[in-house]
Amino acid sequence: MRFRREPLFLARQSYRRRRLEDAARLLPMLGVFLFLLPLLATDIGTAAQGLYLFTAWFGLIVATAVIARGLTRRPDISYDPDSNHSPTLSDAPSTSAKRREGRD
Amino acid sequence: MLSFNTLVAVCLLYVMGLFLVAFAADRSAARDKRRLLSSPLIYTLSLSVYCTAWTFYGAVGYAARSGLEFVTIYLGPTLVMIGWWWFLRKLVRVGRAQRVTSIADLLSSRYGKSNLLGVIVTLSAVIGTTPYIALQLQSVTLAFSVFARDRSAGWNVPDLDATALWVAGGLALFTILFGTRNLDVNERHHGVVTAIAVEAVVKLVALLAVGVFVVWGIGGGPANIAQTVDEAMRATPKDAWTITGGRWVGLTFLSAAAFLTLPRMFHVLVVENPGERQLAVASWAFPAYLFLMSLFVLPIAVVGLGTLPAGENPDLFVLTIPLHFDQDGLAMLSFLGGFSSATSMVIVASIALATMVSNHVIMPIWLSIRPKEATVSGDVRQVLLAARRLSIIGVLVLGYLYFRMSGGGTALAAIGMISFTGVAQVLPAMAGGLLWRGASRNGAAAGLITGFVVWAYTLFLPSFGDAGLMSAGFLAEGPFGIAWLKPQALFGVSGLDPVVHAVFWSMILNSFAFIGVSLMSFPGPLERLQGAQFVNVLDHTHQTHGGVFPAAVAEDLLVMAQRTMGADAAQNLFQTQARAQGKEGYLPDTTPDFIARLERALSGSVGAATAHAMIAQIMGGATVSVDDLMAVADETQQMLVYSSQLEEKQKELTSTARQLSAANEKLTQLSIQKDAFLSQISHELRTPMTSIRAFSEILRDGGAKDAQAAEQHASIIHDEALRLTRLLDDLLDLSVLEHGQVQLNPQREVLSKVLDRAVAATQSLIVAEDLRIHRDHAREQIVIATDTDRLAQVFINLIANAAKYGDAKYKRLTIRVSVRDGVLRLDFVDNGSGIPTESQAMIFEKFARLTDNAAAGGAGLGLAICREIMDRLGGAITYLPGQRGAAFRVTLPLEKIPHHGWN
Repeated sequence: MRFRREPLFLARQSYRRRRLEDAARLLPMLGVFLFLLPLLATDIGTAAQGLYLFTAWFGLIVATAVIARGLTRRPDISYDPDSNHSPTLSDAPSTSAKRREGRD
Repeated sequence: MLSFNTLVAVCLLYVMGLFLVAFAADRSAARDKRRLLSSPLIYTLSLSVYCTAWTFYGAVGYAARSGLEFVTIYLGPTLVMIGWWWFLRKLVRVGRAQRVTSIADLLSSRYGKSNLLGVIVTLSAVIGTTPYIALQLQSVTLAFSVFARDRSAGWNVPDLDATALWVAGGLALFTILFGTRNLDVNERHHGVVTAIAVEAVVKLVALLAVGVFVVWGIGGGPANIAQTVDEAMRATPKDAWTITGGRWVGLTFLSAAAFLTLPRMFHVLVVENPGERQLAVASWAFPAYLFLMSLFVLPIAVVGLGTLPAGENPDLFVLTIPLHFDQDGLAMLSFLGGFSSATSMVIVASIALATMVSNHVIMPIWLSIRPKEATVSGDVRQVLLAARRLSIIGVLVLGYLYFRMSGGGTALAAIGMISFTGVAQVLPAMAGGLLWRGASRNGAAAGLITGFVVWAYTLFLPSFGDAGLMSAGFLAEGPFGIAWLKPQALFGVSGLDPVVHAVFWSMILNSFAFIGVSLMSFPGPLERLQGAQFVNVLDHTHQTHGGVFPAAVAEDLLVMAQRTMGADAAQNLFQTQARAQGKEGYLPDTTPDFIARLERALSGSVGAATAHAMIAQIMGGATVSVDDLMAVADETQQMLVYSSQLEEKQKELTSTARQLSAANEKLTQLSIQKDAFLSQISHELRTPMTSIRAFSEILRDGGAKDAQAAEQHASIIHDEALRLTRLLDDLLDLSVLEHGQVQLNPQREVLSKVLDRAVAATQSLIVAEDLRIHRDHAREQIVIATDTDRLAQVFINLIANAAKYGDAKYKRLTIRVSVRDGVLRLDFVDNGSGIPTESQAMIFEKFARLTDNAAAGGAGLGLAICREIMDRLGGAITYLPGQRGAAFRVTLPLEKIPHHGWN
């Protein structure tokens, strides 16, 4: 007889979101690496370098788009200044934005 | 055939189209239809002001000269955008939370609303941007001149200077119309932003169209283009197309820094930002835009190099290639693309600069000229608008003058790099201010000044060439022949390209000065407050509260706010705040919270430093001073004191409640005792009464047979009557004692005499019970001053008890006398079996008899009376356990008779 097992970590959603944040932070470093690589390969000619550079560039754009969409869609995104339609200054307390960075 | 008139007509039509777009956008924004206006697409496209005419025309020229290197100008911004989660998110959040109006305002606000920093950044921005505006004017006039040269048949060659003047004038008109329409919330200009977005589409489409034409129309497809590129690379002299590490890294860094710090970029990125969702989309969409903008640059460059006659200016290939192949429509589109790039840059840059100049230079001066009249004098709003319009005109005039003076000879890219390096000097102070709480105002000022001086010395001034301040000899030898001060080889660093050299040294020395002075200086309270808010903006978006400002008059504030923000907005704000405070009408209490909100609202119009100054003027001092902080601390302290008082009071209440419940318990017990007492007393009274009645009935009925029996009966009756009397006496005595109504007669007497009397009074009992009393007469010679009769009564009781209840074979009572600590102590110890421990507690209660030994003739009131007496005398009687017999200790303070309680 088998029972369906609950996942070990119930907070799967927030876990995924934090990994997405990690990815968003790491992406520019990957970008720096990819953009510096042509310096090490000067012999292949400008055309090949250009081809490589534009391919890498395009890849980074796609990756950023995926991550940014994920970050916007996941429930945790809490601070949304747009929701504030008051013409006055009640912009201060968006209390749901109590997230702290750097959790696990 | 394309004529100059057609060109001008198309240009005018295009500009009119832009006016219409801007007008429609402003209209729909005013009618609150902002969904389209704040869409991520518009935001992304508005970021394209980064791509100026320098990008549109200059990138191709750059590629023709240096190959792939042009792409670094786009890689930097790409890295910044894809790393939005690190920095841009925070920057945008700060910008929204603090209602930042410009990059100068950001720094001024972060560093304690210091106007000094605002002025420094403003001046440097003006110096850095003016050549850039000149560059845009130059590109437009150059484009016109190309048409004039290639299509000169039938029309006069136009005067280039006049063209530039017309363009500058038209731009000023557009910017004033749409850039200064509104001063309120957050400096957002929907009309301008939408027009910029349209222009972004135009320039992208134009460049892509030219690119497609070049690749597939002339070049023969991508494969051929790739081949052409490699041929072109080999054809260039001295490896000019080889990527070199220094320039590659340096320029990427420079463009990334400039992307964040250029006044116009800051304006569209932060000030015009509608929300974080838009930023998330722009994080990939804007790199995609840049990607498309640069995709065809290299092909256009190599095809231009291959097909056009030598000596053609590569900066204008985008225009000259279509013209060369008689593609007039494409050339027209390309011209409009370049025109769009130039105009959008000039519009946004002049808005950003005008905001900075009017908020940080003109308004502070105006406020200081008219010190007491910020609240009562004319409309601040009008002054502000006028200042801003004048600033726009001023900025464009400066750009035009620079264009006229420089003569438009230098390559476009060079000016762009110089400008980038200048504005990038803001980066350390900006990044430090957002990430490091220790960054201080003095540090920021030191870093900025150092950076700008180094920039001017190593890059800006040498760029003028021989004609400028620095002669060729100066450049080659250094000032006064000091080699290590050579402007382009500072400290002997000579291996670097001039631009990279300038970036390197200016950023390094800038950062050193910034960090060093920050470490050494001590920031003021407001600065630290702002620092904490900026650095921790992602944790809390709340405002911290300042002190209390009793002097502030809400009405004055309202008057001032109306004149700055406009009547409706101000009244709305005040009313909302008043309602939030639970008040009717328009005048809320001037709480710190309200002041902070008002200040931020004002800073949305005039910048943080000016808003701060305006409020300070009304409040009669800086809004946050050390005193205010102290007041806050005091308040906290008072709260703490108050809460501890509350706690104390609560404790008190708890203990009172406990006492009350104890008292209640005691009362209940007393009531029980009373009941017990009543039943006891009736029992005690009933027993003798019964025997008296029985024997008196016998006597009455003549039941006694003889005289002896009658006498015996009569004596029983008499004894029982005596016992009743004694009982009643005792009760009376006890009641009198208990109610404190006893009259005491204090007198001085020697203790031994009192004891003698007591022994004498109980002589009959002693003899009857054969009790032997041991006394130490020597120790008893103590004079006591108390009611000795009552004391004797206690002694009698104790001696009688020993006689009656002692159960030893040879009864013995020892009376020990001692004095300790001014207290007389008498111990009455007998040799009986003593009192069991469990009974010791109750022997002093009324009717507490250990055995129902009625024969003893006591009612069980003796010890209770003793206790009452000793209480009255100020002493005590206690049972003394552990004496191998019953032992009672009587204590009595010497020389001290309590006078209270005797009435």
